[in-house]
Amino acid sequence: MEDIVNLFHGFAVVLQPYNILLMCIGILLGVIVGVLPGLGGANGVAILLPLTFSMSPTSAIIMLSCIYWGALFGGAITSILFNIPGEPWSVATTFDGHPMAQAGRAGEALTAAFTSSFVGALFAVIMITLVAPLVAKFALQFGPPEKFSVFFLAFCSFIGMGKEPPFKTIASMMIGFALAAVGLDSVTGQLRLTFGFTDLLNGFDFLVAVIGLFGIGEILLTMEEGLSFKGKSAGINPKVVLHTWLELPRYWMTSLRSCLIGCWMGISPAGATPASFMSYGIAKRVSPRGAHFGKGEIEGVVAPETAAHAAGTAALLPMLSLGVPGSPTAAVLLGGLLIWGLQPGPLLFVEQKDFVWGLIASMYLGNLAGLIIVLTCVPLFAAILRIPFSIIGPVILVFCAIGAYTVHNSSFDVVLMLIFGIAGYAMKKCNYPLAPMVLAIVLGDKAEEAFRQSLLASQGGLGVFFSNALVGSIMALGLIVLFLPLIQSAWTRMRGATAT
Amino acid sequence: MSENEAAAAGPSQRSVEMGVAIATALLGVIIMLGSMDVGIGWGSEGPKSGFFPFYLGVIIVGSSVINLLDAARGPSDKRFADWSQLRQVVAIVIPTAFYVTVIPWAGIYVSSLILIAVFMMWLGSYRPLSAIGLATLIIVATYLTFEKWFLVPLPKGPVEDWLGL
Repeated sequence: MEDIVNLFHGFAVVLQPYNILLMCIGILLGVIVGVLPGLGGANGVAILLPLTFSMSPTSAIIMLSCIYWGALFGGAITSILFNIPGEPWSVATTFDGHPMAQAGRAGEALTAAFTSSFVGALFAVIMITLVAPLVAKFALQFGPPEKFSVFFLAFCSFIGMGKEPPFKTIASMMIGFALAAVGLDSVTGQLRLTFGFTDLLNGFDFLVAVIGLFGIGEILLTMEEGLSFKGKSAGINPKVVLHTWLELPRYWMTSLRSCLIGCWMGISPAGATPASFMSYGIAKRVSPRGAHFGKGEIEGVVAPETAAHAAGTAALLPMLSLGVPGSPTAAVLLGGLLIWGLQPGPLLFVEQKDFVWGLIASMYLGNLAGLIIVLTCVPLFAAILRIPFSIIGPVILVFCAIGAYTVHNSSFDVVLMLIFGIAGYAMKKCNYPLAPMVLAIVLGDKAEEAFRQSLLASQGGLGVFFSNALVGSIMALGLIVLFLPLIQSAWTRMRGATAT
Repeated sequence: MSENEAAAAGPSQRSVEMGVAIATALLGVIIMLGSMDVGIGWGSEGPKSGFFPFYLGVIIVGSSVINLLDAARGPSDKRFADWSQLRQVVAIVIPTAFYVTVIPWAGIYVSSLILIAVFMMWLGSYRPLSAIGLATLIIVATYLTFEKWFLVPLPKGPVEDWLGL
């Protein structure tokens, strides 16, 4: 009950004219970020983070989270009209969305995509409203071993559940942890791994890494592929919207299933991309019209969009309540909290009620505003994509450089950004996942601190991570997820052996 | 015929993957050496500063070796990218490298203006006048947004001093 009061208080905060203005700016910027190649949600939020340094944390998080919602919406526009997924999670939307656009049903496809996105997000926000305070209350009792076990579980699920080769994931993740370790050791105050370079005293900032890995890396990939945009025109009018809305309730079962898949995948750090594929795959198998999927079936747009948005939103649940972000973008938002002087984690719900509930309220309103804005402004956003890459490319480069510079007002960071960009390009081409690396850079210090404090308490015995039922079961779950690929292959081999 | 093939050829995926694995392994070794400098054992304050990173280094080297062996077993005919594609990538990396090194001296505005104009003329074959004009417009808008609206100062050079900004 107290939570409901807090939530209404949050609505009051968000509904101040200044915050509504920031919300709309955020959504607009977010859709642009989502539409443009080379600018993703994580990278877009990272570049625009410096703009918020002078704002109050609540206004800042409203604007940044709205950039995130906008980016989630924006991905669908390019997928449907141009057959180019602006974001990895909208790849599955191209399967049926683009054929619909080719058949002259672009308006329908876009309306279905936006509305499903909204439904998915709304479902996830309601879940966050109900569950996050409980999780936070529970997590308040966590000591260092429990904290470490939560990090352990999050990182194990990257290894066990990711589609990249596990040892590549491990290498990428551990390099992230090592980069986080450079500079001042937060426990002893000693300098390490700087090799005498004064520029490395402050260590590597994850924002610079995000801008380089995702922004510059993406531009290099775009250059290599030599993109040319050939889009369908976007005809969207109230009649089409209304007509599609009347049709959509028929797919309530698909929606509900996709919401659940999305929430589950979003909380575990698997993220929005696998959620959208999984949801599409299941819808195709279950639907009576499954055979028509891929030729322009509206259900094939509803399923991935709902799941992607639900997952993208649900990724904020562990970020808010445990301080463990569920996606790279959530990690950037978490980095923002640190910059604004807030300590992410369960204490937020006790000490920063305005902030937390303002954010949750802005999730409701931001998605509603987002739906209205994208439905009315589609032609404008489609026009942005028609700007030639020879203009957009260097402008994105400049904004990446500005974003990297403003993190610490350091020109050295701009050089680092380029190095991260080249590394990101090579890693992406060689199938190394970048998300675990970014999360490791963000969480490295905290994970190490929790690990060392636990060891200090136990005088070096690893048994402390199995010393009570709670920490033991989280660690065991982590180990199971870690060895999931091995367990699965052993299982199929066993079944294969019995079958033959 | 053979000339066409040569033009379309490029490094194999296998060799690049092996290169990346060797690079990560080297990084791991550097991390291990750096950690040993500050101590990897157990001190009066608990585990020393190098304790955690040292084992990260060990894991990085270990997984890199496995990745290297995996890559070596891969097919040799799969291509990483065509040389012409890589030339495009290098063509964007070199001006950008130049751009990031001149920012401390020339300021971010002037160097960005030149970067945008050069890319427009060279990639998009715009006329110099329209390229410089549009680039100037973008940079002025950026200046107003950052310095005036959001009050975020960006690095400036001699030109900004001269303009009295």
